[in-house]
Amino acid sequence: MSEVKKFMYLNRRAPYGTIYAWESLEVILIGAAFDQEVSLMCMDDGVYQLVKGSDTSESDMKNFMPTFRTLGDYGVRHMYVDKDSLEARGLTQDDLIEVAWEDYETEEEVDNIVEIVDADQVAKLMAESEVVFS
Amino acid sequence: MADLHTVNKSPFEKSSLETAIKCSLAGSSILLIEDGVYGATKGTVAEDMVKGAMGDRKVYALKSDLMARAIKDDRIIDGIEIVDYAGFVDLVEATDKVQAWL
Amino acid sequence: MKLAVQVNEGPYQHQATDSAYHFTKAALEKGHEVFRVFFYHDGVLNGTRLTTPPQDDRNIVNRWVELGEKYDLDLVLCVAAAQRRGLVDDGEAERNGKDATNIAPRFRISGLGQLIEAAIQSDRLVVFGD
Repeated sequence: MSEVKKFMYLNRRAPYGTIYAWESLEVILIGAAFDQEVSLMCMDDGVYQLVKGSDTSESDMKNFMPTFRTLGDYGVRHMYVDKDSLEARGLTQDDLIEVAWEDYETEEEVDNIVEIVDADQVAKLMAESEVVFS
Repeated sequence: MADLHTVNKSPFEKSSLETAIKCSLAGSSILLIEDGVYGATKGTVAEDMVKGAMGDRKVYALKSDLMARAIKDDRIIDGIEIVDYAGFVDLVEATDKVQAWL
Repeated sequence: MKLAVQVNEGPYQHQATDSAYHFTKAALEKGHEVFRVFFYHDGVLNGTRLTTPPQDDRNIVNRWVELGEKYDLDLVLCVAAAQRRGLVDDGEAERNGKDATNIAPRFRISGLGQLIEAAIQSDRLVVFGD
């Protein structure tokens, strides 16, 4: 019996100041083996997790930001970014990484699954998911 | 689809309550627990936001957390329903899923 | 109703583990099933047997152990989080060359897959954290 649920990983915290961003990423990576329908929702300071150009060479922290670029290979089909959170922080899509996705069976390809969504869409997407990981 | 949104931080410490309200659909329920129960009190800068949400969502607050923080019934926004942990469990059962706003 | 509970914070520092405990207990008393309680991030600290809280305060670790004993709960500490924070059972001690273990009874250390599985198998996932 295998059940497919719509999983939503909710990221609301900035990277590095706390471990939540990195350990939440670990859940997504492990979760890939379970073939669920997975989306990521970045809002509030969570939008900072997708900002490109992180350099940890002088801070001795493990740089996990590059791992986000591989999430397309880990079964994540959608990476949503809350528009209001982005704008409140003076950011645009240009500041964010691009993540490619491909379905190896159908060979469907998407150049960039990082998608900015407005407040109504955020609420709707979250309501449609069946499990939310906070 | 009616979800249960739990909020455990004070609206004066974090924006979690505001975000929970923004991200919850009409018909959903919001349960204030831990420091989140401060959002249930009258006369604060968060009161209008909470009352606005109550227009089309049900708001609850956890009894033991209110009591621990000396929030008496007369300080609680009218219309907020007080529940205990058994009531919390019932809310989880009655709604489609739980979204935790930490 | 079959429940999965996630605890993201350690004992005493945050109220999360208290809320999770009371919620889990209430659910069990109502006859619901708790498929698993999964401890992640600092939540793994709930699984140490070495705490000595003041006598006049609740003993958070023992409380989880007793609830686990009474209802045969599956209390799981995430292995990656446990390794980072020094929660060690016999297997981890042997694998990683540690000279001591500190895990409380009834708790077990396992992978994040246990959280995912719990989320799939349960009707509801309830998360407590900061």
